[in-house]
Amino acid sequence: MEHRIGVFVCHCGSNIAGVVDVKRVAKQLADYPGVAYSTDYLYMCSDPGQNMVKDAIKEHNLTGVVVSACSPTLHEATFRRAGAAADLNQYRVEMANIREHCSWVHRGDKEKATEKAIKIIKTMIEKVKQNEALEPISVPMTHRALVVGGGIAGIQAALDIANAGHDVVLVEKTPSVGGHMAQLSETFPTLDCSQCILTPKMVEVSQHPRIKLLTYCEIDDVSGYVGNFKVRIKKKAAYVNRDICNGCGLCVEKCPRTVASEFEEGLATRKAIYTPFAQAVPNKPVLDRDNCIYFESGKCGICQKICPVDAVDYEQTDEFLEEEVGAIVVATGFDLYPIVNIGEYGGGSIEDVVTSLQFERLLSASGPTGGEVRRPSDGEIPKEVVFLTCVGSRDPENHVSYCSKVCCMYLTKHAMLYKHNVHDGQAYVFYMDVRTGGKGYEEFYQRATEEDDVLYVRGKVSKVFEEDGKVMVWGVDTLTGRKVEIAADLVVLGLAMVPNSTAVELSKKLKIQVSEWGFYSEAHPKLRPVESLAPGFYLAGAAQGPKDIPDAVAQASASASKVCALFSEKEYHREPIVAWIDEDECSGCKVCISVCPYDAIEFDSQKGISRIQEAICEGCGACIAACPSATIQQRNLTDSQLYKMVSAALED
Amino acid sequence: MKIPYYPGCTLHERALDFDKASRECANVLGVELEELPIWTCCGAVFPLTTDSVMEILAAVRNLAYAARMGDKVVTLCSFCYNVLKRTNKVMREDEERREKVNLFLRADTETRDKTESFLKKDYVGQVDVLHYIEMLRDVVGFDEMAKRVKTRLEGLRVAPYYGCMLLRPHGEMKFDEHPEQPTIFEEFLTALGCDVVDFPMKTECCGGFQIVRDEETAIACSQTVVSSAVKRDADLIITTCPLCLYNLDRKQKEMEKRVNGFRKIPVIYFTQLLGIALGIDDEHLDFSDNYVDPRPALAEKNLV
Repeated sequence: MEHRIGVFVCHCGSNIAGVVDVKRVAKQLADYPGVAYSTDYLYMCSDPGQNMVKDAIKEHNLTGVVVSACSPTLHEATFRRAGAAADLNQYRVEMANIREHCSWVHRGDKEKATEKAIKIIKTMIEKVKQNEALEPISVPMTHRALVVGGGIAGIQAALDIANAGHDVVLVEKTPSVGGHMAQLSETFPTLDCSQCILTPKMVEVSQHPRIKLLTYCEIDDVSGYVGNFKVRIKKKAAYVNRDICNGCGLCVEKCPRTVASEFEEGLATRKAIYTPFAQAVPNKPVLDRDNCIYFESGKCGICQKICPVDAVDYEQTDEFLEEEVGAIVVATGFDLYPIVNIGEYGGGSIEDVVTSLQFERLLSASGPTGGEVRRPSDGEIPKEVVFLTCVGSRDPENHVSYCSKVCCMYLTKHAMLYKHNVHDGQAYVFYMDVRTGGKGYEEFYQRATEEDDVLYVRGKVSKVFEEDGKVMVWGVDTLTGRKVEIAADLVVLGLAMVPNSTAVELSKKLKIQVSEWGFYSEAHPKLRPVESLAPGFYLAGAAQGPKDIPDAVAQASASASKVCALFSEKEYHREPIVAWIDEDECSGCKVCISVCPYDAIEFDSQKGISRIQEAICEGCGACIAACPSATIQQRNLTDSQLYKMVSAALED
Repeated sequence: MKIPYYPGCTLHERALDFDKASRECANVLGVELEELPIWTCCGAVFPLTTDSVMEILAAVRNLAYAARMGDKVVTLCSFCYNVLKRTNKVMREDEERREKVNLFLRADTETRDKTESFLKKDYVGQVDVLHYIEMLRDVVGFDEMAKRVKTRLEGLRVAPYYGCMLLRPHGEMKFDEHPEQPTIFEEFLTALGCDVVDFPMKTECCGGFQIVRDEETAIACSQTVVSSAVKRDADLIITTCPLCLYNLDRKQKEMEKRVNGFRKIPVIYFTQLLGIALGIDDEHLDFSDNYVDPRPALAEKNLV
C-alpha cells in the first residue's frame, strides 16, 4: 500500500515554536519517505487547526496522520475525533510529543531541539505507516449491578443505581442491612440521630422494586469480566424459612439461650435465635447454630414448637444462588482495630475501658442502658471520662501507621454527648492533633471546648490500669511538660478503623487489589478514586479507607454514577490496543497466563494454545515480553513497528 | 546438657547469691551452666549511636567466646541480657559494623595467641542469646520444671517484676510477645504452684542507675512499684536484675523514712524462689544481703 502520511506541526503559541524551528521541521519532513503533506500552524488543537487536519485528509487522500504537538494524554482523543470526522480510521492518527519531550526541556538550544523534534516525528511516521485500522472492542453487557455490603455506603450505592433504572443485587453477610451506622447514637457535626436518618433508607432498600436484597448471604465466587460477571452467592442456613416467617418474635422471646450481642458490642445479650436489633431489615430472625441448645444436644426445640407458621427448620442447609451482573460495587466497610491488642491501655482486661463503638451503644437511646451513660462494671454513672485518640493508629512501630481520620470527630461528639448526659461530669480528650477537616467540623470542636467544657490534653497516654475501683490514666501534657494522672471512671478508646475482616479474602475472590493495610486500592488516588484498577469494580465507603458518613455516602453515589455511566451504553466499548496471539505460532507453553495480572488469557485445551480475552486485556505488555517465541504482539505496537521507530530515531 | 553461661560482673561480685542459686537450680534441672573461660564486662549500656563500633566490641568478644563453645549463651542479669541481645542483632543485621568489628577481632588473634586462632571464624551472630527464664521455658520446659518441684508454693502470693531491660526496645529484644503485658514469669510462677499477683507496675522502671545521680527520683520510681505489689497483697516480689533488686529491696529503708505507714515486702531473685520449690540446699540460698528478709514470709507458708 502506498503511504500518504500527513504531518501537522503545532507551534503551541511559543511553547514549541519558541524553541523549535517549526517551519524548518515541517519543510524538512515534507521530503521524508511516505509523507504526502506537511504543514505547521499556531494552535493545531483549535477549531481552524482541526479543520486543517480534516481538509488535508480529504484533499490529499491521507492514509495516516501525525500531529506533532503536545502529549497524547492531552489531545490524542481530539485529533482522533478529527480524523474520524474525515473518514480516516481513528487509530491511524498518532501524536508526536515535541512539547513535553522536546521544547520544554531544551530551551536555549534551538538547533539541537529542532533536530530532536524531527527525529521524534520520524519515529511516529514509521509507526503510523504500520498502524492497522482498528475498531473499538464491543462486549455485550448485563445491565445489572451487584453491591457487596449493606452498610450506609452499600445502601446508598444500591439506591442510586436502582433509582437510575437498573436492577441491583445487594448482598449483606449479617442478618440485617444497616452496618455500623445502625449502631451509632448521634452523628457529627449536626447531632442528628443516626437511626432516624438511616432506617428509612434501610426500609427503602428492602422495598425497592429494582433491588434484590440478599441478607445473611456471602459472595462465594466471581467469574467473568466487566459487563459479564457470574456471581455465586452463598445463602447461609438461617434455620428459619424467612419467606414464611412473619417476624412475630415469639421464638426469640422463648429461646432459653442467651449469648453476647454483636450489635450491642458485647454490652448486652441476645438469644440464640435472634434479630440483631429491633429495627433490623428484614425484621426476621436467624438461628445461630453455634450457640443453639438443639444443635448442641438435640434437646430444646422450643422455637420450632412455638412458631405459629412453622418457619423454623433445623434441616436447612446453605444454598447457593447464581446471579449475572455487569458491574460490582464493593462496600464491605470496616472493623475496629482489636482492643485486645492495646494491652497498655487495659484493652480486653479492664471492663471500664471500652471501644468507641461500645460507647456509641452506651449513648444510644436504643442501647443497653437506654441512653443513660452507665459504665459496664457496676452500672454507675461515670463522673470522669477519658477519651483517647489515635489508639492503634499513627503508630507504625506497634500497630497501623495511617490516620484513621474520623476518630477526632467522633470522640469530640462522644465527649459532647456525655456532657449533655452527665452535666456534672468531666470529659478529657488526650490528643496528638485534633483533625477537624470537614464542613462544620472545626466549629463543632470549638463548641465542645467552649460550650461543653471538654478538656483537651495534648499528649499521649502511657498506661491505663485499675486501682481502687478507678481506671487510672497516666499521660503527659506536652504543652506544660507535666505528667498527668487521672483517676477516671471510664476510658473510651478511639480505635483505628481497619478493613472488614473479610476484605482480603473477598479481594482474592474478586481479583481486585488491596493496599498495605487491606483497604481496597483505587485506580488513581486523585483522578479515579472510586474505581478499582480491575475494570467493572467500584469502591465505596470505609472499605477503601477510613471515612465518615458524608464521605462514605459521597463515594457510594460516585460509584453508582460510574456504574450508570457504564450502563449508559448497550454494549461495553474499550480501546483495541491490546495483545493478540498468533494462533499458528503459539506453542501453548502458558507462560503468558502466569504473568498476566488481569487473568485475561485463557487456555484453549482443544487447540493447545493460549487466547487473549480482549474484553479483559489492559494492554500492559507483560505477556508480550514474557512470550518465548514472540508470538504475542500488541496491536499497533508490534515488534516490527518498534524496530522501525528505533531505526528512525537512530538514523543520522 | 551443657550450656555456655555468661555471668557478667555483678553476678561475680555483688550478686553472688543470684549466681549461686541459679547454677544450683540448673544442676537440679539437668543443665550444667558452663561459664565462659574468659569473659569481660558486657559494656553495661548498649550504645544508641548507629555507627558505634568500639562500644559494642566488649559484648561481641563475649559472644565470640561463647560461639567457640556452642550455639547458645545463657545470662541472668537484665542489663547483660539487654546489651548482648541487641549487640547480637547488630552483628546479624548490620553488615558494615559487622565487618568493622571483625577486623578488630582478627587483630586480637595476632596479639594474644599467635599459635591458636582466637576466632575460628568471624562472629556473625551465630550464638542465640537466651535469658535464663527463656532457657527454663524453651530448653528445660516449664512442664518438665514443674515435675521436678518438690514443694509446690501453694498459697504464696508472688508479684513478678519485669522492669524495663528485659522488654525494651521490643523490636530488638522480642523477649515476650507483648512488651506491655508480658506473661513469661506468670507462666513460670504458675508452674511452681504460686498465686500470681498481676500488678500494673510490673513493667515500670525501678529507677535504674538514677539511684546514683538522683536518688529522690529513683526512689519515687521504686516505691511506686513496691507499693503497687503491696497493695495487691503480694507476699513477695521476684526480679531478674541485681540493680532492680537493689532499688526495690535495699531502698525500702529510705521508703520507710519517707512514707507514713509504709509496708515492707521482700524482693528476691526468681531463681531463689525456684530453688525453694526445687528443694535445693540452704547453702545455695543466701538471703543475708536482703534488706527485707524473705524468710518470715516464706515461713508463714511453711516454705522454709
